[in-house]
Amino acid sequence: MKSKIALAFDKCRKAKRAALITYTVAGDNNKNNSLKILNIISKHADILELGFPHNTPIADGGQIQESSHRALKNGIKLKDVFQIVKKFKKNNPAKPIILMGYYNLIYQEGENKFLKSCNISGVDGLIIVDLPYPENKKFAEKCKKKSINFIQLLSPTTSKKRMKKIIKDSHDMIYYISMLSTTGGKLKVSPKKILQNYNFIKRINPKKNLVIGFGITDKTISSLKSANGLVVGSMLCKTITNSLKMGQNPVIKLGKVVYNLKRKLI
Amino acid sequence: MSFKIKKRTQLIDQHDKNFMYGGKFGGNFIPETLKKPIDDLTKLFTKLRNDKLFLRERDHYFVNYIGAPTPLIKLENLTDYLAGAQVYAKVVSEANGGAHKIYNATVHCLIAKKAGKKFIVGDTGAGYAGKMLSMAAKKFGLKCKIFMGAKDIKRQRPNVEAIKKNGAEIVPVTTGSQTLVDAVSECMRYWVSNCDTTHMCVGSTVGPNIFIKICAWSTAQISRELMQQLKEEFGKIPKKLKLINCVGGGSSAAGFWNEFMDTNAEFIGVEAGGPKNSKLHAAPLTNGSKIGILHGAAQYVIQDKEGQIGSTESISAGLDYPGISPLHCFLKDTKRARYTSASDEEALEAYRLVSNLENISPSLEPSHAFAEAIKIAPKLKSSDVIVVNSCGDSIKDKDIIKQRLGTYIR
Ligand SMILES: Cc1ncc(COP(=O)(O)O)c(C=O)c1O
Repeated sequence: MKSKIALAFDKCRKAKRAALITYTVAGDNNKNNSLKILNIISKHADILELGFPHNTPIADGGQIQESSHRALKNGIKLKDVFQIVKKFKKNNPAKPIILMGYYNLIYQEGENKFLKSCNISGVDGLIIVDLPYPENKKFAEKCKKKSINFIQLLSPTTSKKRMKKIIKDSHDMIYYISMLSTTGGKLKVSPKKILQNYNFIKRINPKKNLVIGFGITDKTISSLKSANGLVVGSMLCKTITNSLKMGQNPVIKLGKVVYNLKRKLI
Repeated sequence: MSFKIKKRTQLIDQHDKNFMYGGKFGGNFIPETLKKPIDDLTKLFTKLRNDKLFLRERDHYFVNYIGAPTPLIKLENLTDYLAGAQVYAKVVSEANGGAHKIYNATVHCLIAKKAGKKFIVGDTGAGYAGKMLSMAAKKFGLKCKIFMGAKDIKRQRPNVEAIKKNGAEIVPVTTGSQTLVDAVSECMRYWVSNCDTTHMCVGSTVGPNIFIKICAWSTAQISRELMQQLKEEFGKIPKKLKLINCVGGGSSAAGFWNEFMDTNAEFIGVEAGGPKNSKLHAAPLTNGSKIGILHGAAQYVIQDKEGQIGSTESISAGLDYPGISPLHCFLKDTKRARYTSASDEEALEAYRLVSNLENISPSLEPSHAFAEAIKIAPKLKSSDVIVVNSCGDSIKDKDIIKQRLGTYIR
């Protein structure tokens, strides 16, 4: 049976457009709103990444740190993250959700217990920022057995030899990090160069769904739309931050921003 | 599962093929982007540590720049006062810059040069790691950036001034607790974005495996000197020898003990117990913290049930860190070393006593180690020899000491 993530890409391929993948932090700016945000943006986004926040992130820029901080300050716990997913999935069973975070939270919970909660709540995939290949091999296999996609990351520093191995062990989706940066950095590499790298990776295995993330905003998204998928994260976190500052409703604001992003892909 | 220490194997090389010590400490829990820079650095370091020319270069700078060897002195007055064991100090604070952090900083700059990097970045808590890196960077012609928590910038002014004077840029870190833990995170994040042009120095034996290795390999100079100095003083290594060292990240202790791994010397590590009446501390080994992942390595770390890194508190900025080197986790689990803690108050009292009685004046970090020496020496005999690593000078803590004790003596 095909995974929901694979199906989402199939659907986009048919429509001849890139998949829009959003990233928001679970519990930002609070539990209720983060569920409402998922509900409203899922009308436009094809795949939803949901961060489970950690207070010592070594690869996140300021925007996502701020969102994580807000969520943690509001008392978000792992069980709340799964609750949010479960509630979302009840009304949107086909929409894939990918949890993203740092390994220590899984380590403390225990891999098996964590994956069980993923299954129960309906999580479709995982991105673990600090569990690279080959350290992630065992865990990635465990995920596969539980029908959860483990999403491998590639970066501009990844050698071709290493890419081949990683791609061989990958599941339905691979994430290419556009540039040397934490999340939320300004796009410091030209879209042309990014797409060159992207095409290079695609040629290793054209069948794999390859998405690009880091530095993508409403300003840059159009220039990369030949990719299988594009991830927008920090821009959404920043939108929440700004709307809170200005006393606006972050849910409505985010709905509009994601709608606009989607329009640029059609 | 219990793990054995391999004989005739350097402490830093006791890991398995996954870079784990004792099968569960250390490793490389890092973002994909850092895989290659860390691989490259690992290869370069492996080559350099076996390269006679490089070793000669290192030794040249250790002697002519750092001022090796630092003195080993008997603390006659303290020994008389405590009326038990003989108490010695290895006065590492006599090294250029005033602390052991100079060894790691110097070696990192040498490596950065070999790697063809023009920029170097580092974290700092007490400010020593930053001061030394800025010093060495200046000497070797590297442009330097230091990440330091905003709270530490306030409480470690003398070192902040020194960093600036050396021409380095200080980046204040205002996230989280605004101390060392956040400085290390921010420095790593910076490296993720700039690893193509920039070399990173981690200020202690923490972080991804290669940084642990480079750091402990550098500070090992302390125990090489001590080994020789003890033989000169006693004719051989004393039978009942205790080597006491404070541990923050653990670089000073790892270097102080390294050459004595295969001897009978007893290792005692002293963590920061925090204020006497506070629940907060910076002593994950003493207080039984669970294993977790911090800054790319598995280690005992202060954290909550979910794995969020916990708050710490210590009067000593250099020890104020929720984690601890995987090397020390390994030494603890194999029972090769014993770990305990001293409170803020005990450290202050130890500072006062040693500074009053002797010609040295330890900073608040080694004062934690002296506190333990003061506790145990009276119960021992004169055939027992205690050596404390006095790895920092109190001058940097002048403000804090004045505020807490009313006066500052040195
Ligand atoms: C004087 C001094 N001693 C000890 C430490 C603790 O670090 P480590 O445990 O790595 O030696 C520091 C850290 O800044 C320091 O400045």
